[in-house]
Amino acid sequence: MNTILLQVDWAFVLEKFLFIGFIISISLVIAMYTTYMERKVAAVMQDRRGPNRAGPFGLLQPMADGLKLFFKEEIIPAFSNKFLFILGPSLAMITAMLTSAVIPWGDKMEAFGRTISLQITDVNIGILYVFGVVSLGVYGIMIGAWASNNKFSLLGGLRAASQMISYELAMGLALIALIMYTGTPSLKEMVQLQQQGYWNVLIQPVGFLVFLVCAFAECNRTPFDLAEAENELIGGYTSEYSSMKLGFYLFAEYINMFISSAIIATLYFGGYDIPFVDESTLNVNLAAGLGALALFAKILFFIFVFMWVRWTIPRFRYDQLMNLGWKGLIPIALVNMLITAALILFLNK
Amino acid sequence: MQLTSKAKPVDRRPMSIWEKMYIPAIAKGMGITFSHIFKKKATINYPEEKRPFSPVFRGLHILNRDEEGRENCTACGLCAVACPAEAITMDAAERLPGEEHLYREEKYAAKYEINMLRCIFCGLCEEACPKDAIYLTETFAPANYSRQSFIYGKDNLVIPHPKNDPEGFAKAKGLVEERKAKAKQEN
Repeated sequence: MNTILLQVDWAFVLEKFLFIGFIISISLVIAMYTTYMERKVAAVMQDRRGPNRAGPFGLLQPMADGLKLFFKEEIIPAFSNKFLFILGPSLAMITAMLTSAVIPWGDKMEAFGRTISLQITDVNIGILYVFGVVSLGVYGIMIGAWASNNKFSLLGGLRAASQMISYELAMGLALIALIMYTGTPSLKEMVQLQQQGYWNVLIQPVGFLVFLVCAFAECNRTPFDLAEAENELIGGYTSEYSSMKLGFYLFAEYINMFISSAIIATLYFGGYDIPFVDESTLNVNLAAGLGALALFAKILFFIFVFMWVRWTIPRFRYDQLMNLGWKGLIPIALVNMLITAALILFLNK
Repeated sequence: MQLTSKAKPVDRRPMSIWEKMYIPAIAKGMGITFSHIFKKKATINYPEEKRPFSPVFRGLHILNRDEEGRENCTACGLCAVACPAEAITMDAAERLPGEEHLYREEKYAAKYEINMLRCIFCGLCEEACPKDAIYLTETFAPANYSRQSFIYGKDNLVIPHPKNDPEGFAKAKGLVEERKAKAKQEN
């Protein structure tokens, strides 16, 4: 027993735990201020001002919203399945956070005589792991919709689930083309390849567009937000939820948005790579720090794009949505895959 | 049958390839939304800035005094009869010999109450009054915690006395702007 305890690299364990705590708190804080950013961006695009009363420039508004949700009454419907009712939002939150484990937030840093890699784990099936966890997110919605004991919630949840499943297919097909080109599903190696070569968006523009559209559908964002549209289904699958469970659902959506932006930035826009700058000429820690900042700038830009599109386009009707997913995006992604495969064969020979 | 010369037939051509892709149209829409970020905002920072009211705005009531400070209202009851929501109630009293400086005529309103919760701010009382006594001003009715505090009595309604509070009297009568303009002319 003692030998086992001695053989464990405690510094490594501590480092990873601290990093996990850091990443989770960063995700939560960023998701919180994404709600603030959403309201401000929505306002300025609609010739309004957005919240500017809570704190300077309204910066304490997310705190006020969170406190409001805490103080509301927790209602659990009488005939619902209590365990599943509470499990639904928890699952949504867990799967939203799990995906942040494999994203490379920066290059290596050197401190205390060790190299710390700014990625929680570098599994060599990186992208497949992300996909697996995102598919589990569907469970969160379905379980919540079923456990509400409400026909309309169930319909909303069914729509959301089928939408997410359909668009995952096109996303996977766009990714296959990308993996064929990069040769590895590991996220860290993809970023390193982009550091040395060109960003993947220049090589796979159609794949990027398909991936972006599918990311909108995965996060249930307009124009694909029929599942939770206030005018259509009142609350959709979140109708019966109040207080913090509703807070979890809404928050999980923002965390999903943050993670999707991070994935898009990592896959297609070079991750922590700073364009036109050769990082090997700088101090290692400085390069890693600047890379992480560059990644956050890209993520911020993509979150802005999410909101920009939300306040521009009206939402799709459900049949138009399914048509687009199955009859529009999957053929485009397939053709993209075939062309990529053909070009790789011809140019490598 | 053509009812108007401005009729335009509905455009039912099938979508071109450029239109079917949606992406160009979406990009154009996004450009328009983006340009709105830099345009002038329509909201103002209330309560630091307020929008001007029109001079005939029907807000809270006031009971008028004349220049010597005597109340105009004679408790004739025309406003109470005219009110469609039955919000005004009053008790009349006779002016005693020592009170000529307080009231204009021999009859005055000892108790005058307007229930702001019933009032619909229509202005019929203002139109009905023969003595130029009740006016609707430019203030909103402020919020309150109990129903009882919405019944405004004479202390809330009568405007300030010109001898005790000339500024308040002038403001209530809307004469502040005239005095400022006159002061500017003299200076």
